[in-house]
Amino acid sequence: MSENMNLTLKVWRQKNAEAKGQMVTYSAKNISPDMSFLEMLDVVNEGLIKKYEDPIHFDHDCREGICGSCSLHINGRPHGPKHATTSCQLHMRSFKDGETIVIEPWRAAAFPVIKDLSTNRQAFDRIQQAGGFISVNTGGVPDANEIPIPKVIADEAFNSATCIQCGACVAACKNASAMLFVSAKVSQLALLPQGQPERYRRVQAMVAQMDAEGFGHCTNTGACEAECPKEISISNIARMNRDYFTARLIKDEV
Amino acid sequence: MMLDSKIPDGPLAEKWSKHKFNLKLVNPSNKRKYTVIVVGTGLAGSSAAASLAELGYNVKSFCFQDSPRRAHSIAAQGGINAAKNYQNDGDSVFRLFYDTVKGGDYRAREANVYRLADVSVNIIDQCVAQGVPFAREYGGLLDNRSFGGAQVSRTFYARGQTGQQLLLGAYSAQSRQIKLGKIEQYSRHEMMDVVTVDGQAKGIITRDLITGEIESHAAHAVLLCTGGYGNVFYLSTNAMGCNVTATWKAHKRGAYFGNPCFTQIHPTCIPVSGEHQSKLTLMSESLRNDGRVWAPKTKEIAEKLRKSEIKVTDLKEEDRDYFLERKYPAFGNLVPRDVASRNAKEIVDEGRGVGKSGIAVYLDFAESISRLGEDSVRAKYGNLFDMYYQITDENPYQQPMRIYPAVHYTMGGLWVDYNLQTTVPGLYCLGEANFSDHGANRLGASALMQGLADGYFVIPYTIGDYLATIGPAAVDTSHPAFAETKKHVEERIQKLLSLKGTRTVDEFHRDLGLIMWEYCGMARSEEGLIKAKGLIQELRASFWKDAIVPGTNEEVNTSLEKAGRVADFLELGELMVDDALDRRESCGGHFRLESQTEEGEALRDDENYAYVAAWEYKADNSPEELHKEELVYENVKLSQRSYK
Repeated sequence: MSENMNLTLKVWRQKNAEAKGQMVTYSAKNISPDMSFLEMLDVVNEGLIKKYEDPIHFDHDCREGICGSCSLHINGRPHGPKHATTSCQLHMRSFKDGETIVIEPWRAAAFPVIKDLSTNRQAFDRIQQAGGFISVNTGGVPDANEIPIPKVIADEAFNSATCIQCGACVAACKNASAMLFVSAKVSQLALLPQGQPERYRRVQAMVAQMDAEGFGHCTNTGACEAECPKEISISNIARMNRDYFTARLIKDEV
Repeated sequence: MMLDSKIPDGPLAEKWSKHKFNLKLVNPSNKRKYTVIVVGTGLAGSSAAASLAELGYNVKSFCFQDSPRRAHSIAAQGGINAAKNYQNDGDSVFRLFYDTVKGGDYRAREANVYRLADVSVNIIDQCVAQGVPFAREYGGLLDNRSFGGAQVSRTFYARGQTGQQLLLGAYSAQSRQIKLGKIEQYSRHEMMDVVTVDGQAKGIITRDLITGEIESHAAHAVLLCTGGYGNVFYLSTNAMGCNVTATWKAHKRGAYFGNPCFTQIHPTCIPVSGEHQSKLTLMSESLRNDGRVWAPKTKEIAEKLRKSEIKVTDLKEEDRDYFLERKYPAFGNLVPRDVASRNAKEIVDEGRGVGKSGIAVYLDFAESISRLGEDSVRAKYGNLFDMYYQITDENPYQQPMRIYPAVHYTMGGLWVDYNLQTTVPGLYCLGEANFSDHGANRLGASALMQGLADGYFVIPYTIGDYLATIGPAAVDTSHPAFAETKKHVEERIQKLLSLKGTRTVDEFHRDLGLIMWEYCGMARSEEGLIKAKGLIQELRASFWKDAIVPGTNEEVNTSLEKAGRVADFLELGELMVDDALDRRESCGGHFRLESQTEEGEALRDDENYAYVAAWEYKADNSPEELHKEELVYENVKLSQRSYK
C-alpha cells in the first residue's frame, strides 16, 4: 500500500470565453494513490470553496470513461500519461509524490474555452447533425434479422462506433484536425449495409461541416490514434478519404 | 384527486391496440402548430424528441450536459431485452411480461408491463435500422445472451457498451431532426421549474449553465425524461450530474411521486476506497456466473486481513465462508440482486468485511481459473477484470476481487397513467424518471428497453390524444404564471447564493447519503426510519444555514448547480423515508426487518401492500398525502420468491 502524496498543480484558469487566461499554481496535499484524477481535483476544489474561492471548472459526468465529458490536457497529453484511458479513469498512482502536474483545457480554435478547463465542443454535434445518421423514421423498418451483416463487418463497424466524442484526437493534433472523430462516425455507417443509401452524401456533408467549423487538416502524424482513449484506428481516416474522393469523382451529390 | 390509471378494458394482449385505436389523432397538417418540450436526452428523451419531430411536432430539447449524447444512458453495460425468440428457446411476449412482473416482486402494473414486452420487438428493429452495431453470429444474424438469471436468451447487446450504442442511435435520429429544424436543442441548460396554467403544464423555466440566464419556454406539453434519483445516496453508480430536480419541481407543482422508496441496489460494484470517493463503478453481474462469493469465517480473521497481517490467498478453505452457497444451496452465487446485496451487507455488519475499510466481501475466480483456465476466464470477463485492475490496482487473476453493493437504479419516480401522463395534465414522464414498469425490483437489461419503449413507441401515440383535446392555439410565455414561476426560481437562486456558511455542499450531500444508505437502503426498520427522518430534517435545516455557495448566478457556477440539486435531494430523502415507513413489508430489494419469514427471508405482504404509493405534495415542511393505486393481477399468480 503506497503512501499518500503531495503534489503541485499548475492549472489553466480563465473566467470565461472572453477573459484572458493564465496558469495558476495550487498544492494538492495528502492525495491517496487510489483516488481518480478528478477526485484529486475535487479535493482541491473543496479546499478552494472553504476559502470562498472559485473552484476549478472542468467537464465530467459518468466517471466511467464512456460519456466523453472529461477532457483534461495533463502534462502535455490529452487525458494524461496512461494509454487508452480517459481523464476520469486515470488514477493518482500514475503520479509520484512531489510531482508537478500541468493541467490545461483542450486547445483548438474550434473548441473555445468556456471556463478554466472546460471547452465548447458543440462543433462535434453539428458535424453529426450534418450527416451522422441513417434517415429512417420511427416505425416501418424491417425485422432486425432481415439485414444479415457478416460478423467481421459488424465488428469493424463496432470498433469505429466506440468513439466517445471527447475530442482528445483534436487536442492531440498539432493542426487541431478532427479527422479521426469524423472518420470514425463516417466509417461506422459506411461499413454497414443500412448506411449504403446515403454513404456518399454523408461523407461529403460531414467533411464540409468539419471544414466550416475551423478544424485543421490532417498531416498523418498519428497523434490522434496514439491518444485516443478508445483506441480508434487511423485506418478510419483512410476509409473516409477513399469515400470522399469517390463521392467527389463519381457521385457529385449533396 | 382520484388516481385514474386509464388502463384500457379487455384482454391483456388486446389492451394496447384497442387503446391506440381509441386515442384521438392530430391532423398531419396541424402537428406543426404544436410545440412539445422534452427535458433530458437519454434513451427516453432522445427517442421521444426524434419520434415526435418526425411526426411533425416542433420539439424543444433540453439537457444539462454539453451534448445530448452524454446523458447517463450512455453508461449502461449489459444489454436490452426483447421478446424476439430468435433463439427458438421458448420466449414470447407473455413470458417477458411474466418474468418482468415476477421480477418486480408483483408491484408493477400488468397492463404497462405487457405493453412494454409487446413493443420490445420493435425496438430492436428500429435500432438495427439506425445502424446500432449489436453483437452478431457468424451467420450474420443477431446474437443473444441470457442475462440476470433469465431462463431464455433474449438479451441483445453491444459488447459491454449497449447503452452507448443505443443512445448514439437515438442521438443520430435526434441530430437529423435538429438539422431539419424540427428540434431546437438547448444543451448546458438545466430545468429549474415547470410552469402550470390553470393546472395544465404549459412550459418550463431553465437556467443557461454558461451565462446564468433564467429563461422561460412555452409549449403545449412537457415531457420529463430526466432519469433516476440514485444520487440521493451520494455514492451510486449514477453519473455525477444525475439529479431529481426536474421531477421534484414537477412534484411540487402537483405531480404525484410513485413508490419513492423503491431503489435498486446492485451487488457487484467496486467498493469504496476512501473518504474522497465520488462515485461507484458497477461491474456486470455476469461475474457471478463464475465467481464465488465469500467472506472470512470469523471477525478475527477479517481483522487480520484488513490490517494486511495475512494474505487473502494464504487463507485456508476452512477459514472461508461461502455464505451464498451455504444459505441458498439451490441458487448459490446466482441468487437475485437483492438477496446477494443484503447478505453482503449482513456480513459487513457482523464485522467480517474485508479490504482496508472492511466494507467489502470477496468474489473469487480461483476455482474457475483452475477449472477453465485463465484464458477462458479472460475471454469471458477480460474487460471487467481490466477495469477492476485499473481502478483498484489489484490483479483479479491472482487474488479475489472485492465487491460491495451500490445504488444503481430507482424504480420509483413520478406517478403516470397508462398514457405516461402525470397527475398534471400536459406533463408526461418517461423512462427511469417515472415509476411505471419495474415494480419493486428491475430485472437486468430492462431499463434500456423501457426508456426506448416509452420514447419510440408509446408517447408518439398517447400525446396526440391530449394535444388534440387542447387544440393547436399558439402558446407563448406572456401568461403571468411564467413571470411568477421565473421569479420563484430567481428568489431561490438568490437564497442559495446568500449561503456563506462553513460546510461545502458536497459535505451535506455526503451526510445525506450516509443517512439514506444506513436507514433507507437495503434493510429498513421502523425505528431506523423514524430516526432517519429526524436526521434529514436537521441536516436540511443546517444546510440552509451553514452551506457555502460561492460566486454569482451570472457565470458558470457548479457550486450553485450542485446546491440546488442537493437542496432537492434533502427534500426527496424525507419522502423516501416516509414511503419506506408506510410500506411495512419486505419487497423487491427492500428488506423490512418487521416483515420476515422464520428463516429470516423477505416476506411480502400482498394483502396489505399490493398498491402503488402515490404521494401528493402539500406545502414545504408539511406531511405529504398518500394516495393508493390498488394493483390488480388477473394474468399472473402472486407467489413468494424462494431461493433455498
